Amino acid sequence: MNVAEKTHFIEADTLIGKRIQKKDAPEKAAGKTRYIQDMVLPGQLHAKILRSSRVHARIVSIDTSAAKALPGVHVVLTAADVPDQQPIGVARDHLPLKGERVRSLRDEIAAVAADSEEIAEAALKLIRVEYEDLPIISDPQDALKPGAPLIHPEPHGADGKHLHLKPNAPIAFAGKPDNIAMQFDYTHGDLAQAEAESDVVFEDTFKLHYVTHCCMGVSGIIAEFDASGNLLMYSNTQVPFLHKREFAEYLHMDPSRIRIIQPPIGGGFGSKLDIYPFEVICIFLARAAQRPVKMVFSREEEFLASPTRQPVLLTLRSGCKKDGTLTFRQVHTLHDNGAYTSWGATTPFVMMQTFSSLYRVPACDYHTTAVYTNNPYAGSFRGYGNLQATFAIEQHMDMLAEAIQMDPLEFRLKNAQDAGEVTGQGMKFKSCGFKECLTTAAERSDYQAKHRDNIVHRGDAGPVKRGIGIASMLHVGGGAKIYPSDGCGTILKLDDFANVTLITGASEIGQGSETVLSQLVCEELGLPISAVTVVNNDTAITPWDVGVHASRTTFIAGNSAIGAAKKAKAKILAAAAKKHGCDETALDLRGGFVIKADTGEPVVELARLMRNLHFSDKAELVMTTFYYEPPSVHQDKGFKGDVSAAYAWATQVVEVEVDTDTGIVKMTKVTGAHDVGRVLNRLGIEGQIEGGVVMGQGYALTENLIVDNGVTRNPNFRDYKLVTAPEIPEMDISFIESMDGEGPQGAKGVGEAPSICIAAAAANAIYNATGVRIFALPFTPEAVYRALHGKAEKPQLQAWKVTTT
Amino acid sequence: MSLKHDIGFTLNGVKKRVTVDVGMTALDMLRDVVGLTGTKYGCGEGECGACTIQVDGLSMNSCLMFAVDCDGRDLVTIEGLAADPRADALREAFVEHGAVQCGFCTPGMVVQAAHLLATHPDADAETIKRGIEGNLCRCTGYKKIVDAIESACCGGK
Repeated sequence: MNVAEKTHFIEADTLIGKRIQKKDAPEKAAGKTRYIQDMVLPGQLHAKILRSSRVHARIVSIDTSAAKALPGVHVVLTAADVPDQQPIGVARDHLPLKGERVRSLRDEIAAVAADSEEIAEAALKLIRVEYEDLPIISDPQDALKPGAPLIHPEPHGADGKHLHLKPNAPIAFAGKPDNIAMQFDYTHGDLAQAEAESDVVFEDTFKLHYVTHCCMGVSGIIAEFDASGNLLMYSNTQVPFLHKREFAEYLHMDPSRIRIIQPPIGGGFGSKLDIYPFEVICIFLARAAQRPVKMVFSREEEFLASPTRQPVLLTLRSGCKKDGTLTFRQVHTLHDNGAYTSWGATTPFVMMQTFSSLYRVPACDYHTTAVYTNNPYAGSFRGYGNLQATFAIEQHMDMLAEAIQMDPLEFRLKNAQDAGEVTGQGMKFKSCGFKECLTTAAERSDYQAKHRDNIVHRGDAGPVKRGIGIASMLHVGGGAKIYPSDGCGTILKLDDFANVTLITGASEIGQGSETVLSQLVCEELGLPISAVTVVNNDTAITPWDVGVHASRTTFIAGNSAIGAAKKAKAKILAAAAKKHGCDETALDLRGGFVIKADTGEPVVELARLMRNLHFSDKAELVMTTFYYEPPSVHQDKGFKGDVSAAYAWATQVVEVEVDTDTGIVKMTKVTGAHDVGRVLNRLGIEGQIEGGVVMGQGYALTENLIVDNGVTRNPNFRDYKLVTAPEIPEMDISFIESMDGEGPQGAKGVGEAPSICIAAAAANAIYNATGVRIFALPFTPEAVYRALHGKAEKPQLQAWKVTTT
Repeated sequence: MSLKHDIGFTLNGVKKRVTVDVGMTALDMLRDVVGLTGTKYGCGEGECGACTIQVDGLSMNSCLMFAVDCDGRDLVTIEGLAADPRADALREAFVEHGAVQCGFCTPGMVVQAAHLLATHPDADAETIKRGIEGNLCRCTGYKKIVDAIESACCGGK
């Protein structure tokens, strides 16, 4: 550490843009990281849940007597045992334990805590449930038909008929007079005039399927109460502070008595944004048993009882003028909400941003109806509705371009925004590398020439046709002001050896946040990454953060960490200036030293200065705090407003080979250009993008959760096909550094971006190869083969303009 | 409540005797009886590879193997690879190349890669991709995993 003796002057260096190894990688690669699945608490019981064997039924009776009598069983719970249970979920329409009615196959009827998983499973088999079947709604269009069976009829509730409901009682108790879970309506511009000005208008319906997160680490929780009744939860949640408050409401507890610790998380991707019944039920069991209770899913259970991406039926009308100016978009979507409302129902928040503001759209009219069915319910999933919206928009962009005989890239460039523009929805593009994304991805893939050539060669002999397709995306890149605060807090301390402890509200879920936050702090304090310890997983220690979602952590938690580091730096330099009799503006921090800013000459070793401060008459420790709230605003009632502090852009060009004999589509290459503001950790950002691209590839080509009349048919990796290593495309990724003025060191969020436009670009590539446009995902061999042979059924949406009663 | 059986095997170079239920998987034995949790449960059906271990020099899905079938065999888990310098290089390559994100697939991936390097010391990228086909990763898109294994392959001499 005695740098000064060797090199008298310390040269300026930066960590920004370098390939920084992930701080948690050595432990993970050695198999030493303890995930929730690996934790064992003394006295811990194991819990299992009995789920419905019917898709939609009235529960006539539940008999748990034999299960309770099984040796090793500690607690058996049904709804009758927790009369005070509160409805959970985005619409408060979901009681964790179902007492009178099951609405989907995942519904929880009873739960057991026992000495071992085997005993708990054996006990489940002894529980007798008598059902009376009810008619099933599995097609969301049927849910809107007059006289359709109601999924949440009124009144109903945990205790049956005699309800004395307060006004505005939650849906779980009060029910709904129809099957409409949520509706969203947005508009800007003069639609009629824009349509009248259009030379070309297309109207098509697109169908987006069920996929699910498939985190390699299955869901799990451990709950325990201490002797004073305080609850400690080991949880995989992505939003610990929001959940602390929510759990308090569900459990009738003071939030201060709930503590959430997040062990390392085996994948999130949005799946851990909501509270699910299994978590509440496990807490009920722990409360009843007065022992720690652990519940971990099987993989089958993970497929059946964790959320999906929102399936959508979507009709898009778009128009443009002959000169290539976009005129309008009109959109109606039908969201299959499933039996209960989770975040999937709110994907319109993101979808409408894309419809209103991906390219310049003078008029936009957007409507979503989310309906209850007896299907699995949809949650949030990386991209949050944007994959679905982009799939439709970018196919229409190609169709419009073709109709006016304009090159698809030129058409997009003509309508792409520049920095400084404000969209009809009120999004302000302070930094915007959209056009550079388009041109970079197109040039690096030789898009225009290949696109023309492929059309020429469509008719060539041989079954394999080559195609190239382009698509772009717009997504929030500086948080999203959905909750009262979109902020993140940081506590930072330096010890006597100039080591830093960074205590941040932002959770690490594998994306590399603790590494990038360390990097940002070290950049301010002139320290190596190894000097930082990150504490980020305990609500009793870390300051508040809204959670890991909306691609926000680098931006929001990054700015928060920088804020705390800058305050520490100011304190250090002021102390050094005083001690060494110089002006603090002439000093800087570099290489573990306080240096003279102009020459790099060391003034004092930072560790020594820390000790001098500490063991002096003043006895001072350097500890700082910072809370960063982005300068974004909440949307108004019409969903307008600058909801994010920055916006991210990307263009992806997908190349495919379509075997017209078999329908097999091979994704050969993805060329991506991402406006990320600035690259902070090159290794980390490459990994995020590559992983996102392959997740998008799975969405486009292989993944399909088959839900057949309410029954999930393929709850396993054998039949739910994730992309494997030999199938990945060649990837050429470029970074457009638009240097966002508000972003940490200029950076913007990127977590969700890379998955978003792959399916859209793949659709355009298949069309380029074959001349056949496919409006439904996924592009499985069977679906593609049928489409190529004119046997694909074009998706239809009858429920155009749904009105509520 | 079920039949028990005494078995003996070598685990990471150390002789071991344990009593297991006859229906227990090797994975559950390693995690719950022996207490080594580096080997992960990902699916229980041999589809994801998170539970990969080496048995008599072959890579196996420990979730598909009965614990009693470990009797008399030589088992190596991710914890046991610590003693193997070539595996050390591999682990370092995973760290250096950014092949680790959430890390849940990583131990199985490293064990599989160690087996691949032992059997195919000159493997190219295509061979490596085929070699890890049975190991699912949801975070990385595999590219950096392949890069890491390739670098350990050639760089490891």
